[in-house]
Amino acid sequence: MRTFTYERAASPQAAAQAVAGTPGAKFIAGGTNLLDLMKLEVETPTHLVDVNRLTLADVADTPEGGLRIGALVRNSALAAHPRVRRDYAVLSRALLAGASGQLRNKATTAGNLLQRTRCLYFYDTSKPCNKRAPGSGCSALQGFNRMHAVLGTSEDCIAAHPSDMAVAMRALDATVETVRPDGTERAIPIGAFYRLPGNTPNVETALASGEMITAVTLPPPPPGRQVYRKVRDRASYAFALVSVAAVVQAVGGKIRSAKLAFGGVGAQPWRVPAAEAALQGATADPAAFDAAADAVLAGGRGYGHNDFKLPLARRTLAAVLAGTTRA
Amino acid sequence: MSKETGGRVPLTRRQALEAGAAVAILGRVQPGAAQTTAGVPTMTVSFTVNGRPETLTVDTRTTLLDALREHLDVTGPKKGCDHGQCGACTVLLDGKRINACLSLAVMHEGQSVTTIEGLAQGDQLHPMQAAFVHHDGYQCGYCTPGQIVSAVGMLGEHKAGWPSYVTDDLATGPTLSEAEIRERMSGNLCRCSAYPNIVDAIREVAGGAS
Repeated sequence: MRTFTYERAASPQAAAQAVAGTPGAKFIAGGTNLLDLMKLEVETPTHLVDVNRLTLADVADTPEGGLRIGALVRNSALAAHPRVRRDYAVLSRALLAGASGQLRNKATTAGNLLQRTRCLYFYDTSKPCNKRAPGSGCSALQGFNRMHAVLGTSEDCIAAHPSDMAVAMRALDATVETVRPDGTERAIPIGAFYRLPGNTPNVETALASGEMITAVTLPPPPPGRQVYRKVRDRASYAFALVSVAAVVQAVGGKIRSAKLAFGGVGAQPWRVPAAEAALQGATADPAAFDAAADAVLAGGRGYGHNDFKLPLARRTLAAVLAGTTRA
Repeated sequence: MSKETGGRVPLTRRQALEAGAAVAILGRVQPGAAQTTAGVPTMTVSFTVNGRPETLTVDTRTTLLDALREHLDVTGPKKGCDHGQCGACTVLLDGKRINACLSLAVMHEGQSVTTIEGLAQGDQLHPMQAAFVHHDGYQCGYCTPGQIVSAVGMLGEHKAGWPSYVTDDLATGPTLSEAEIRERMSGNLCRCSAYPNIVDAIREVAGGAS
């Protein structure tokens, strides 16, 4: 690990100023991903701004009937929160599907949103990687790419976004609240929060230098059944090959509404409005599920080892839709 | 160890290893005093370890695990993978289980750390320790301190009503079935695969927990 200086932030704005004003500085909250990467010198911050003491760990009801989740709420606390379990079960399930008990006790809401890909070549500093070292090339394109993305990829990067939590938040239409170094705040819809890799895979989010996440807000709970289905190599403690976060309302065999987001397959948590529109009003049958999958997977492509993800995503979606529309 | 010492050597395996390594590298034994390198950023941090207040000045890079093991000679938490994948370093931080390898010592000012060394009451083993002995919940033993501390933390989480990935109904606290225990303990690996006995030990302590 490279050397770094360290400070504890006194306020969110002070934290934002400290990171914006110090070259090579980074925020540290739970640290479970950042320290892992620092040990391998994939991340080499020269200064860490510890935000753990900030009072951003509350979960509170919003006046609109939604939920405001502080940036520092630990993944385990959020999964166990009574309101999340009752009204946003897909989020609770997604959190519980990720990592281990120890990691969930440390990992934060904001940190989970910002976690980096687990692409083997991103982690291996002896190999080219455009995300880690822009312009050096992508080793995964011709490499061992079984875990990689099939949607939203580019010729410069095919890394998959690793989060489960963010997939559920994408289905729930979450909004990411931030504070900037000048003290101004903004709210970014999660659909606009992540950036596709294109030819700058090192730029992963819409956050500006020093801009810090303070909270994630959820709108009032959507009607329907909520499911998080995760397909992985082990029964526990493994990243998704394919996951589906779904909120589906069906009456008498007809689908009234469907919100669907996908993990393990995309360069970012994946959601396709056209697929949801195709399901609205449709009879819940295999033909409708297949048509929805066509829309979700449009433009998708495998890179060899991960070709299986396209049919696997189709089958997983069909299973989720069959389960959520059953009488 | 020379021939002259003859019969029994009154050293534990750890003491023998430490003495051997220290003599080989440093020429002297100096427990509990890992050195910092001149010119690198250091910080002073205070926290309690197993109820005892400790103050350390460490290289900012020092993980909580290394602070415990190399600075405080609290060697129960083990360094397995050093990347949060194996759980051998599990400690309780303010009562909640975490991977000590994925945290910086300087992040824990004023906090309370409990390791395997802090579970027993004098000579009285913690019930989870006694159950691991009774059920032979280990083979080589390297993962055992992490398994036991993790199991203690896990029972606290269950008692607080936390659900798990395999919990059917998120609204009600589940009974600690074998499936629940296995899911909740998935962050602790055992390369000897003593899992069946580990699960038996935890079930015994959990008793009728529901």
